[in-house]
Amino acid sequence: MAKVIEGLFYSESHEYVRVDGEYGYVGITDYAQNALGNVVYVDMPDVDDEVQAGEEFGAVESVKAASDLISPVSGTVVEVNDALEDSPELVNQDAYANWIIKVQLSDTYETHNLMDAKAYQEFCESQH
Amino acid sequence: METTNKRTCLYDKHVALGALISPFGGFDMPIQYAGITEEHNAVREHVGVFDVSHMGEVTVKGKDAERYVQHIFTNDIAGAPVGKIYYGMMCYDNGGTVDDLLVYKMGENDFFLVINAANIDKDWEWMNAQKDGFDIELVNRSESYGQLAVQGPESEATVENVLGLECKELTFYTVKTIGDVIISRTGYTGEDGFEIYASHDFIRTCWDKLIEAGVQPCGLGCRDTLRFEVGLPLYGDELSAEISPVMAGLSIFVKLDKPEFIGREALLKQKTEGVARKLVGIELADKAIPRHGYKVVKDGQEIGEVTTGYRTISTGKSVCLALVDSQYAKLDTPVEIQIRKKTFPGKVVKKKFYDKHYKK
Repeated sequence: MAKVIEGLFYSESHEYVRVDGEYGYVGITDYAQNALGNVVYVDMPDVDDEVQAGEEFGAVESVKAASDLISPVSGTVVEVNDALEDSPELVNQDAYANWIIKVQLSDTYETHNLMDAKAYQEFCESQH
Repeated sequence: METTNKRTCLYDKHVALGALISPFGGFDMPIQYAGITEEHNAVREHVGVFDVSHMGEVTVKGKDAERYVQHIFTNDIAGAPVGKIYYGMMCYDNGGTVDDLLVYKMGENDFFLVINAANIDKDWEWMNAQKDGFDIELVNRSESYGQLAVQGPESEATVENVLGLECKELTFYTVKTIGDVIISRTGYTGEDGFEIYASHDFIRTCWDKLIEAGVQPCGLGCRDTLRFEVGLPLYGDELSAEISPVMAGLSIFVKLDKPEFIGREALLKQKTEGVARKLVGIELADKAIPRHGYKVVKDGQEIGEVTTGYRTISTGKSVCLALVDSQYAKLDTPVEIQIRKKTFPGKVVKKKFYDKHYKK
């Protein structure tokens, strides 16, 4: 069973955001990393790039295929997780500890459009 | 989702092993069991077994069997000894590829053709449409044969010891029969290996013995990474009705000195006058991974398209096969690949990213 963490917000495309004040840490969920298999490359945006909720901001790639990353929130990228550049497999090891981008949120209210842990867990179960 | 895909005789065993199953060529096929990387490495370093029962088999027998095969096949089987296998293509009049296939010479005027799963219906129709004037019997045996590919440096010992099938006397691209079982030293991985064609019952028994003996079950995921690394084409990616074997750089399997075969005139013209696009290898400097369908770019202009691309498991490089305008096909030509919103620099390299280890 895929791991879900309380207090995070989740999208139907299996990204999460952990909100910390005006910042959001965005990554892919445990369900997503498991479905992808071995992650071999994470294509990340540049610092200062703008991201829009519901829009693509990069990709995670397994051996077989590339999957778009869809941002669950809007804002400005203030940091990318450089560790993933050389060690993309960190996403498989712990998808929640290894966020992909840190975003300065333009609208913290946007998280209301996302699922909480319980709703996301039910959503994942309905995917089978 | 409603599915009408076919299943091989081993489908239940793949499910029991927890395989990820996906549609391929009209079949629900195992893509991976342990993971593509682990399965890939098992084949490169030890041995792995693939269910390739989805492949099609057609037999050609009768007085004109050899003449017929010569007519539809780009390679030259004239004077072939019984037991020899040839790789080549069937082409349309315009040189486009109907399919790539193996031709096994089982006896005088007795041939066993192995075709791609996705093309079985199309090939069968094509083969029948070409048989006027030939005294032959064509039979589509695709439903009656199961097929296993045992691949890797330990495959000979595995087939001999685990399956009890004598195979060490087989040289590369030769075949023998043991009762109703057909066994050949062939494969699609760049490693030594064997392919076994037999009844569904026999194939199921072999599969169980191999799995019990600890042989790694391998899915189509690593079949693709393995074949790609050694530059073997996949119909639909590197060959198609639009991509001729000459464009794909497979001219050594097109015997233009043969007096007649379908597509010969067009292929001869391509060979002598040149082709608009050619298949090349491209290596990227960056880690970004080129994928099927991505554009190849030069000075802002689109000059081609990626046919297959990976971060190679054996060498860890971002490489692809791509069809590009012929003037950019020379080795070391700098080109770029459009990956999502960015372009990444690379250069044209040989179409082989890893050396084959056949036992000849």
